[in-house]
Amino acid sequence: MFAKQITKNSRTKAQVETTGHIWDGVQELNNPLPRWWVWVLYLTIIWGIGYTIAYPAWPMISGATQGILGPQERAAVAAEIDRFDSANGDIKAALIAAPLADIPADEALKAYAIPAGASVFKNNCATCHGSGAAGVQGKGYPNLLDNDWLWGGDMEAIHTTLTHGIRNATDPDARYSQMPKFGADGLLEPAQIAGVVEHVLKISGQDHDAALASAGATVFTENCVACHTEAGTGDRAQGAPNLTDAIWLYGGTRETITNTVINARFGVMPAWAGRLPEDEIRAVASYVHSLGGGEAAPSPAP
Amino acid sequence: MAFLDKHKSIETHATLLAVLSLVVVVIGGVVEIAPLFYIQNTIEKVEGVRPYTPLELAGRDIYIREGCYVCHSQMIRPMRDEVERYGHYSLAAESMYDHPFQWGSKRTGPDLARVGGRYSDAWHVDHLTNPQAVVPESVMPKYSYLLRAQIDGKHIAQIMSTHAMVGVPYTSEMIEAAVEDFKAQANPDGDTSGLEARYSRVTLSNYDGQPDLTEMDALIAYLQVLGTMVDFSTFQPDPTR
Repeated sequence: MFAKQITKNSRTKAQVETTGHIWDGVQELNNPLPRWWVWVLYLTIIWGIGYTIAYPAWPMISGATQGILGPQERAAVAAEIDRFDSANGDIKAALIAAPLADIPADEALKAYAIPAGASVFKNNCATCHGSGAAGVQGKGYPNLLDNDWLWGGDMEAIHTTLTHGIRNATDPDARYSQMPKFGADGLLEPAQIAGVVEHVLKISGQDHDAALASAGATVFTENCVACHTEAGTGDRAQGAPNLTDAIWLYGGTRETITNTVINARFGVMPAWAGRLPEDEIRAVASYVHSLGGGEAAPSPAP
Repeated sequence: MAFLDKHKSIETHATLLAVLSLVVVVIGGVVEIAPLFYIQNTIEKVEGVRPYTPLELAGRDIYIREGCYVCHSQMIRPMRDEVERYGHYSLAAESMYDHPFQWGSKRTGPDLARVGGRYSDAWHVDHLTNPQAVVPESVMPKYSYLLRAQIDGKHIAQIMSTHAMVGVPYTSEMIEAAVEDFKAQANPDGDTSGLEARYSRVTLSNYDGQPDLTEMDALIAYLQVLGTMVDFSTFQPDPTR
């Protein structure tokens, strides 16, 4: 069978023209290219010409040709985003129009705002506050699941915090307060700091040195009550934390409290207005409000 | 087909084939590359893009040295998912002073084209020091040694001159004041008027929270400017692209 094949090949070879190259008896046949291959080549050339006519392609003196169909990418992405925005257009408009305090009670708005807010949260907020919104304990990234709020936990307050941020340099309306560096700037003597730390341990119900703490109570009254209040329960208007509970932003041990008194803390949150559209800010506010610690709006002053 | 018969004489003469191949490649190059240098719409004109400050430029060199680009790209493509996640798609002008640019689509980590201002400086310190401390799911390595590596901007003026050679518009005044600006940006309590006069919309901060000027300061200064130069509330995209 092989012999037959070889004979057949030899016969074919004799009929085909060679290129004239022969090395060691091996000769190069000049077979025509397969017909299908040649046609594919011609089709790609024709397709290429058509493509450059349809789309931006040829560089000219001042710019490239625009093509019959013109540039597409920017318009396409704008149209695509617009398609999704308009699909949710009504509910977004309703979310923006609704008074903030009413959103948690409105089931229709909530059904949209909470899942939408959750996805915005995971993309933008989870990096600091954690993907489950539990914050990072001891690092200054607040837990958003509990009912302990630094700047207030009703819809209005959460919305303001999201819109303007906290202590950032970019938004003039950002929430702002600054704890003095009592140690680093020499405002208190080391002994006074040791005392005030014991006082804070005492009011937060931890083991403390009673003698030092009673001396520290005076230091506390003279230096800390303007923000943290007489009882140490904090002041939301200034973002001053409650010192009497077991929730600590930067840790509640003797070492971390001492460090806080000496060097102070300055937690920054970016402003999200401008980065997120208003409907997304409201959606995130609803989501955070729904996590467990959301508070009702304060009743209006009589 | 006399024309096709002549082709044989090209294919059977190595030198002629090489010369004519070169001619074809040159034509392709002239058509595809040369216009980029004179066509005015190669880079869309955009308000606000400025050269990096000396500290940001040093941070960029640290970014490249540490291989951040291996996992992080800086190019938001015009696609809905990317625009919704990262922000406005990137414009060519935003990386026109980048040598080399940091475009790409390999995203082991998220795209960083618009990371500037998105997180606080303190977060960047915590995250670069130990990424898993703030983002437990992260696979990013730790870069805590940046906090200990002090820098003084000794070579920053030469680096800026080199960038000026390839077209970054650093003025001689900027290059002369390089070391002064380098130190001023991380010292917001000092005199920053010169820096702010030379560079628009510059962030001023003691980025790493330590008194010393470290590589951490430079890297965070760079990260905090990424994608913030163009004001997209007033930007009108050119419809012809």
